[in-house]
Amino acid sequence: MLTFTLRRLLISIPTLLFISLVIFLLVDLAPGSPLSEIPLTVPPDVRQKMMEALGADQPVFVRYVLWLRQFFIVEPLYMLDGWFGTNMAGDQQRILSWQSRVPVFTIIGQRIPQTLTVIGTAYLVGVLIALPIGIYSAYRQYSLFDQFGTLFAMIGFSVPTFFSGTLFIIIFAVWLGWFPTKYNTQLQVVDWDTFLLQLRQMALPVMTLGLANAAAISRYMRSSMLDNMTQDYVRTARAKGMTEQTVVLKHVLRNSMIPVVTVIALGIPSIFGGAIITENLFGVNGIGAALIGAINASDLPMVQTLAFIFAALIVLFNLIADVLYGLLDPRIRYD
Amino acid sequence: MTDVSPQTVKADPVTKPEPALKLEKPASARIAIWRQFRTHKGAVFGLAVLTLLVLAVLIGPYFWNPEKLTVAKAMAVRNKPPSLQFPLGTDQLGRDMLQRMMQAGKVSLAVGFVAMSIAITVGTTIGVLAGYFKRLDGPLMRLTDMFLALPLIPLLLVMVMLFRDDIARSLGPELGAFVLICLAIGITSWMQAARIVRGEVLALKEREYVLAARSIGALPRRIILRHILPNVVSPVMVAATLGVAEAIITESVLSFLGLGFPPDFPTWGRLLFDGLQYMQLYPERVIWPGLAISLTVLSVNYIGDGLRDALDPRIRGR
Repeated sequence: MLTFTLRRLLISIPTLLFISLVIFLLVDLAPGSPLSEIPLTVPPDVRQKMMEALGADQPVFVRYVLWLRQFFIVEPLYMLDGWFGTNMAGDQQRILSWQSRVPVFTIIGQRIPQTLTVIGTAYLVGVLIALPIGIYSAYRQYSLFDQFGTLFAMIGFSVPTFFSGTLFIIIFAVWLGWFPTKYNTQLQVVDWDTFLLQLRQMALPVMTLGLANAAAISRYMRSSMLDNMTQDYVRTARAKGMTEQTVVLKHVLRNSMIPVVTVIALGIPSIFGGAIITENLFGVNGIGAALIGAINASDLPMVQTLAFIFAALIVLFNLIADVLYGLLDPRIRYD
Repeated sequence: MTDVSPQTVKADPVTKPEPALKLEKPASARIAIWRQFRTHKGAVFGLAVLTLLVLAVLIGPYFWNPEKLTVAKAMAVRNKPPSLQFPLGTDQLGRDMLQRMMQAGKVSLAVGFVAMSIAITVGTTIGVLAGYFKRLDGPLMRLTDMFLALPLIPLLLVMVMLFRDDIARSLGPELGAFVLICLAIGITSWMQAARIVRGEVLALKEREYVLAARSIGALPRRIILRHILPNVVSPVMVAATLGVAEAIITESVLSFLGLGFPPDFPTWGRLLFDGLQYMQLYPERVIWPGLAISLTVLSVNYIGDGLRDALDPRIRGR
């Protein structure tokens, strides 16, 4: 297991390097870079200085290696400095956002709590809804409940979050007035009242994303339960006279959870992708909103760094899912 | 391979002349597939809804073609609720929503089919090459894994933002946006098809008939085209169906974030995005396009579900 994990970690290094190169080149070689948007009235020498100030006059390869150095060496050093109060990084150049001249990681640090509270809660809620639905659907296959579960999952798959979110806003915020339409990022949770306010403004985004996630996961749970329900060990357990509860919730559930846990792990990075829409719709000032803002402002370092972080998350959680699979299922041996 | 529904629709008249009378003659595969497909209620419902939507979008404009209003007249009929003259109401510029919905639907569906065709072509090619030629397997599958690790929505957004103006300049804003978005979606969503096809090909190439073909000296090109490709059609067709739904959603996400089609060349996603500003006063303007997208995707998903069952001979036999 350990050798497998190490091997996978080693393989993921070239993968990540390749992805970072693709992202860097795609963003960098594209015609719509901000340097092409400098007005033509700007004299050539000033334009040259602007490009030098942005570091954009260097060849692509040099900038790529510089960016790698900043991402993998300078930024972690700054992070360690921040934690331990040391000064290892000195005054080395950090990755600066072009729109605000603030280090990209500072912005990410400010944005990530918003994303984690809202999107993380949504994912958790989604999982918590999906598991019981999946379990009961499989236990009573083809029952009325199962039919409704299937319909619910199909609708959850098919209705895009930007439409379900809009519908929720129209119904619950505009017509019923239960929840605010926009998420207030300034809100500080200090006492009971602000906590309730926070819950209310989180309700709509959490509901939107939670339903979308629940639809997919409940299907996995159901099919995984169905695979296990007909196994011999289930018949054995029943024959031994165990209660239905023990059979389903202990024997079957534990075995069925193995693939579902990996699916849940694989879904974690994708919530960042889906979160772009939800954050945009509800005005949650998180990572996804930062990416959209950076794209609209042609803020290349920000876009490159964020896209690379997303890619790194996908690779990391793929690895975690594989390792989890091996840990949870003793039949699977990678070595 | 690309248009799934017309093929299955065509099979309909064939089933009508009492197949039960000729028991000694086994039904052709196409009829058997159609019969199994018909037992899936959701799939039949999906096929009906999708056919209706496609017809409405393609033929509808011939029946519903309101005269172009002058600016003064259009100003007078801004923001009208649904009425006999405007069945779906009008938008903030006095344009008929029904007409716009039909125009938008044409583009949305076209994007779905074209992007899916690109994705399936690329995916099948890579899958067959990786599955058949051992030397290519490692690099191609590594490439697939890398594409799977790319954060797609952000990348698509970046691609559209960066290349939009350049392509619009050379191809015109409408065609430019169409080509760019179809290509962008196509080359970022072929991975599933490639993986499925590779798996199938790996199993197929060990079969006796492939061995037989090779033993009489058939070239790889001929074995792939004549013996392997026809046998991977079923999974590819299912992947293609689901790919259409995926592509339509991806396009509407791009349009929804304001990085899709220009407003005078709308898609359903773009109409929804335009309606968002007026959501509180005129919610129907968001609901129509959203409903159209959801219904299309829902019916396509159901069709894919039914096709998966119908094309699987293990299920079909029962």
